[in-house]
Amino acid sequence: MFDISPTEWTAILLSLRVAIIATLVATPFGIALAWLLARHNFWGKSILDALVHLPLVLPPVVTGYLLLLTFGRRGMVGAWLADNLGIVFAFRWTGAALACGVMSFPLLVRPIRLSIEAIDRRLEQASSTLGAAPWQVFATVTLPLALPGILAGMVLGFAKAIGEFGATITFVSNIPGETQTISSAIYSLIQTPDGDRAAGRLVLISIVIAMGALIASEWFARRATQRLHGN
Amino acid sequence: MLRVEVTKQLGEFSLEASFTSEGRVTGLFGASGAGKSSLINMIAGLLRPDRGVITLDGETLDDTSTGAHVPPHRRRIGYVFQDARLFPHLDVRQNLDYGRRMNDLAEDPAQHARITDLLDIGGLLDRRPGKLSGGERQRVALGRALLSKPRLLLMDEPLGSLDEGRKVEILPYLIRLRDEGIPMVYVSHDAAELRQLATQIVMLRNGRVTALGGVKVLTGSTPA
Repeated sequence: MFDISPTEWTAILLSLRVAIIATLVATPFGIALAWLLARHNFWGKSILDALVHLPLVLPPVVTGYLLLLTFGRRGMVGAWLADNLGIVFAFRWTGAALACGVMSFPLLVRPIRLSIEAIDRRLEQASSTLGAAPWQVFATVTLPLALPGILAGMVLGFAKAIGEFGATITFVSNIPGETQTISSAIYSLIQTPDGDRAAGRLVLISIVIAMGALIASEWFARRATQRLHGN
Repeated sequence: MLRVEVTKQLGEFSLEASFTSEGRVTGLFGASGAGKSSLINMIAGLLRPDRGVITLDGETLDDTSTGAHVPPHRRRIGYVFQDARLFPHLDVRQNLDYGRRMNDLAEDPAQHARITDLLDIGGLLDRRPGKLSGGERQRVALGRALLSKPRLLLMDEPLGSLDEGRKVEILPYLIRLRDEGIPMVYVSHDAAELRQLATQIVMLRNGRVTALGGVKVLTGSTPA
């Protein structure tokens, strides 16, 4: 049962790489957006908020197709990035990371936003009366107090990214060694005669990874509460 | 010298106050809701006046006619809040050192030792704010504000959240502080407290200054 084949290993490692890169790249954007949504009122805020949550409610195949239209080789952004920066997303693992990053973004942003909203703004005022410029207030008070929420968001986003299937397969297809993640490998295996055992192994592995991520996320949430009480 | 001449509309409440102060400790006296906190927040730069001027030692901090507004972090005005507002993720030592780091001031171990002595907080340095009593928290907040080397110290009911026993514990520290010579604006609704600390009184009622002068103006006044 636990003889994991090289193809399966490749899929597992690729999934981890895709999910880790997607999470790390998405996090700074997630923090910036969470802070904007938590702390500012501006024209179009509810539209931006809806846009962030869109991948959560759109059929993943639609998100994948939109990514293909935008970031594919002939897509507006995709063509420009390929010509000017040499970055190609179509049918590459980087495209899988992009799809996973977009799909997991709402889950990443939400806990960060909640943790920023929970911060006592009077602490930030105190910080400014002690001579901290706005960016210093953010770096020394807001960010450290939101850290457990940021980590919780990263864990949730990672768990979502590692399980992403619909948008990834639509955007970058299912190429072993390049874009075949655990999910798409499972999909291929259950369509192959005698693939059940291998599929079962990968299913088990994805359950373990997802559970681990959820438990870690819970732990970070508890730390957040302790931290805000200064114990 | 502090000069304040401001108006501010806050919902139904309108604040219209002007006073100048040369005193070492200016007591802002009034009942809750009289506008004391709004006024002190404007001096700190946390709240902007609708109209008016605030100057400190000849420097304009706010002037709505020219649009001038110095943000709080550039005012070098320390603020001790009623609820201390220590940073929960930092220990006492880091809280005390915070203002020095933000202002890029050189380390000053002598000053640090003097302030921690003055306030008897040397034994608390490694503790987290969550592990301090109310009185200890307030002393650390005082130390934190002082160590940022402010040119004016604002205190908003620093004894307000403490019970009688704790007040008696902190008051001597405040008197010592006054004798340090750093100018202060001290907000309180407690006439007895101000009689011990203030050198000049600004009395507020319903957003208007009703009396100005020495502590004598407190005689017979109840903050109703």
